[in-house]
Amino acid sequence: MTPAVDPDPPAVRVEHLTVVRGGVRAVDDVSFVVHGGSLVGLLGPSGCGKTTLMRSLVGTQIVARGVIELFGLPAGSRALRDRVGYVTQAPSVYTDLTVVENLRYFAAMLGHDGADADRVIAAVDLTARAGALVGRLSGGETARVSLATALLGDPRLLVLDEPTVGLDPLLRRDLWALFARLAAAGTTVVVSSHVMDEAERCQRLLLMREGKVVADESPGTLLARTGAADFESAFITLIEAGAR
Amino acid sequence: MTLRRTTATARRVLRQLRHDPRTVGLLVAVPAVLMGILAWMLHGRDHDFDTFGPPLLGIFPLIVMFLVTSVATLRERTSGTLERLLTMPLAKADFVVGYGLAFGLTAVVQALVVSGLCFGLYGMHVEGSAWLVVVVAVMDALLGTALGLSVSALATTEFQAVQFMPAFILPQLLLCGIIVPRDQLPTVLHWVSDALPMSYAVGATQQLSTSATVTSTFVVDVAVVAAFAAGALVLGATTLRRRTP
Repeated sequence: MTPAVDPDPPAVRVEHLTVVRGGVRAVDDVSFVVHGGSLVGLLGPSGCGKTTLMRSLVGTQIVARGVIELFGLPAGSRALRDRVGYVTQAPSVYTDLTVVENLRYFAAMLGHDGADADRVIAAVDLTARAGALVGRLSGGETARVSLATALLGDPRLLVLDEPTVGLDPLLRRDLWALFARLAAAGTTVVVSSHVMDEAERCQRLLLMREGKVVADESPGTLLARTGAADFESAFITLIEAGAR
Repeated sequence: MTLRRTTATARRVLRQLRHDPRTVGLLVAVPAVLMGILAWMLHGRDHDFDTFGPPLLGIFPLIVMFLVTSVATLRERTSGTLERLLTMPLAKADFVVGYGLAFGLTAVVQALVVSGLCFGLYGMHVEGSAWLVVVVAVMDALLGTALGLSVSALATTEFQAVQFMPAFILPQLLLCGIIVPRDQLPTVLHWVSDALPMSYAVGATQQLSTSATVTSTFVVDVAVVAAFAAGALVLGATTLRRRTP
């Protein structure tokens, strides 16, 4: 427990977090703080621990050591369950229900009504497909149904695990614009991606490799510091500098 | 646990079934056809159908619901929908009771159709109330649902899940008293059968077959089946983990 109650706790506070999965340190002594209303990119190659870190944030991961607090409460607390929206990497929605049936059900779980379901369907541009069975949608459309679920209600923190992977470039641009709008309106958004080019869309980057955070700065600072032309090269420069 | 979330979950499961008419058809048609075969094969053999029919009328739905529920719950676990639900303000009981309600309602329809055929067309006769046979069949189906929910936690793949049927159900079928009356079993097997829920499910229907009035044995048997179903649901709820490795 924190000794004194912080009147305005940060959206996310992670201290010395270590998670062991299958004998491997999937997350290795990671610490960072995210303040409310920011758009943070969690970038790194597949298998670097992004998903494990995100699962730890939403409280579904058994952690070995460390502190994770969201808005001053331990991750996974009952009081956080209607304040944190989470999108898993594989779309976790019912393929044998229609788009609107999925969202009405999840809305009911959060104590909201059908109007909220319609709102988030429009936000991911699926209104025309609302009556379609999710199993008949394309991969990108299914991912958007999953994303819409996380937008239900009024989440103060969104944890989005690779929400834009494999999507049409125009749609990706629109979604990043949506994330930026949500952040500007005060929602904290943590988005992961293994596509380095998506780094430029974020206000702040957490670069991960082999369970550790290897960089934590703004995209501009990262490029300036490494002297790289793009984020892919910046990442390589960082790793090679670290290895030397 | 809230009524709103429980009923929303039950409605959602029923909607999933509605989008899968073939499963619904199988849920009703399979026991109906099996009972028809049984009636035909025992035709003309005195009261054999009246002896074997009523207990099997409960056992077939138990088996079917066990399978359907364990696969449905396993799908929730592997697809990530359960993990998503457990990050939301949903009580574990909402999930488990929601499934129980949805499959319980399905079992009512199934039991009404199959019992209607047995008593109307296949010529089944019991000394007790035919409606109580329907009640026992629904209870058995609920027991199957509850067992399926709790057992699915032990399975990590569909291959494993379907094999829990022979592992958990077939021993009960052997020992429940249909093949050899339970009081004629070897002592140790008799003790084992005392601990298995299907023994009481079959016992209840046997009471209805032979007795025109509601006996105390019938009441106890039905209560034991209900207690097993409730216990399995509670066990099922405890197997849902908000945090996983």
